[in-house]
Amino acid sequence: MTVIATESLSKRYPRVTAIDRLSLDIGPGVTGLVGANGAGKSTLIKILLGLSPATEGRAAVLGLDVATHGSAIRERVGYMPEHDCLPPDVSATEFVVHMARMSGLPPAAARERTADTLRHVGLYEERYRPIGGYSTGMKQRVKLAQALVHDPQLVLLDEPTNGLDPVGRDEMLGLIRRVHTDFGISVLVTSHLLGELERTCDHVVVVDGGKLLRSSSTSDFTQITATLAVEVTDSDAHPDGTAALRKALTEAGLALHAGEEQGLPGAGHILLVEATGESTYDTIRDTVAGLGLGLVRMEQRRHHIAEVFRDNDQRKGAGTDGA
Amino acid sequence: MAPDTSTQIHNIGYRSYEGARLGRSYARKSLYSQSLRGAYGLGRSAKSKVLPMLLFAVMCVPALIIVAVAIAVPGSTELPIKYTTYALTTQMIIGLFLASQAPQSVSRDLRFKTVPLYFSRPIERVDYVVAKYAAMASALFILTATPLLIMWIGSLLAKFDFADQTKGFAQGLVSVLLLSVLFAGLGLVTAALTPRRGFGVAAIIAMLLIPYGAVTAVQGVAYSAGSTGPIEWMGLFSPITLIDGMQTAFLGATTAFPSGEGPSTGAGFVYLLVILALIAGSYAALMARYRKAGL
Repeated sequence: MTVIATESLSKRYPRVTAIDRLSLDIGPGVTGLVGANGAGKSTLIKILLGLSPATEGRAAVLGLDVATHGSAIRERVGYMPEHDCLPPDVSATEFVVHMARMSGLPPAAARERTADTLRHVGLYEERYRPIGGYSTGMKQRVKLAQALVHDPQLVLLDEPTNGLDPVGRDEMLGLIRRVHTDFGISVLVTSHLLGELERTCDHVVVVDGGKLLRSSSTSDFTQITATLAVEVTDSDAHPDGTAALRKALTEAGLALHAGEEQGLPGAGHILLVEATGESTYDTIRDTVAGLGLGLVRMEQRRHHIAEVFRDNDQRKGAGTDGA
Repeated sequence: MAPDTSTQIHNIGYRSYEGARLGRSYARKSLYSQSLRGAYGLGRSAKSKVLPMLLFAVMCVPALIIVAVAIAVPGSTELPIKYTTYALTTQMIIGLFLASQAPQSVSRDLRFKTVPLYFSRPIERVDYVVAKYAAMASALFILTATPLLIMWIGSLLAKFDFADQTKGFAQGLVSVLLLSVLFAGLGLVTAALTPRRGFGVAAIIAMLLIPYGAVTAVQGVAYSAGSTGPIEWMGLFSPITLIDGMQTAFLGATTAFPSGEGPSTGAGFVYLLVILALIAGSYAALMARYRKAGL
């Protein structure tokens, strides 16, 4: 099933080309749309909501053509804008009820769904207070709630983590993940920060200058690269635990990367081991135990999406702010 | 891999919605009723109910007094003032109501950028404009027609001629209906020009008062100079004198023009045309205003 499909979609304004022959095929799940400011993300959302006609090409959302079924699409899609959009003098409950009715929900259902949705996004007693007194994090939750209140099949979230502190950012990303896993709603989330999307999305689409740079699943980007970082303590028997372990692991037939993590704190104490399968974990565990060392950590080192694009950028000879 | 950062929420579980989705016309109606209620402060804070309710009361008090007088004074056969005169004499109250409520209806959505949220829902631009326009016109109609209703009921209680009173009442209703639609259009266009509510209030008061002042001044000068031609045509240049001229020509009203003579029937058509053109123009201007306001 395809949630969003575009076919050589273009949007040209008199002076700029916002979207240039973009062809996408986005399935269910959480999809990240990454690009620098001005890459065409917001223009794409406008077209997908049927609010702005494309100059050429076609786009369909949930199987409905955006040019002819805008109203039907907007009934089944939620939208969370990047900018502030909340009146300060009403409570979150009143506001979200009103927005639910604007989406076509009957009054009783609008109230019930509002109470449910506000709870799901983590607003409790404060939802009866005027929005003007909310923190940025709470406002973002209200914005998310108004996009979810009518139980859409797809939500378009435009920079939902903007302006949030690191904790708020993590909470919002967790919430977005749950929108799909728990609520069963597909998500298209835009960001200019790759790191965020890597943790949240199943699929990442990168646009630059209105063109598709790359589209693939997050696991393609950050496939488990078979590198394990291992750190151990020293003991009386082995004053240099790291060296002892390196020797023992090499003898056990595992391949080790040499000091790739230079410059990071504690880099000298971390061994990077090539994992060939599940058995590698056991071998490391047994080896460490056999040496009588304490295992401080053993974790997967993944390629970050950013690295993939850094490579891309170097090839292109131009940088985006994505990295 | 649901992160359990907030298990409290997690435990409740999500329920999907399988119920009715009533679509675009329901959403438009909801926006209409929300805006109409909002014009009287209903569904808003207690503070915002004060002014519209006060103005509504002030608007009705003279009608109650008129009725009381008509019933109390023996031998009277009609109300002391015509139905059509009521809105002209209370135009300051109508103006204040419009100036205070039109900006709250449209400027808030613009200022807090709520407009994109409306347009990301099934409604279209035309639904938003029509709902807001109809709500403001209805609010003004309630404000201007209620005193007429009081007068009409009072006249029946005083046992005045039923046919006569009902005809006058009907003429009054037509007049305030046109007035409500005209004023709502002009007020909303003025308010929608600025996201700042204060500017909107001031601009609407200026839009109503300055032309009215200028028109009556020129008419006064023309009257004392003995020339009647300008009096007849000057009325075209302010909203309230437009209504005055139109109802004098067609609805049997007594004009407030200084000569005591309103426009002839021919000139009356021009008044009516200008009123209809202003209403259509206001609608077109609002549509144009929101073309750029999406997302």
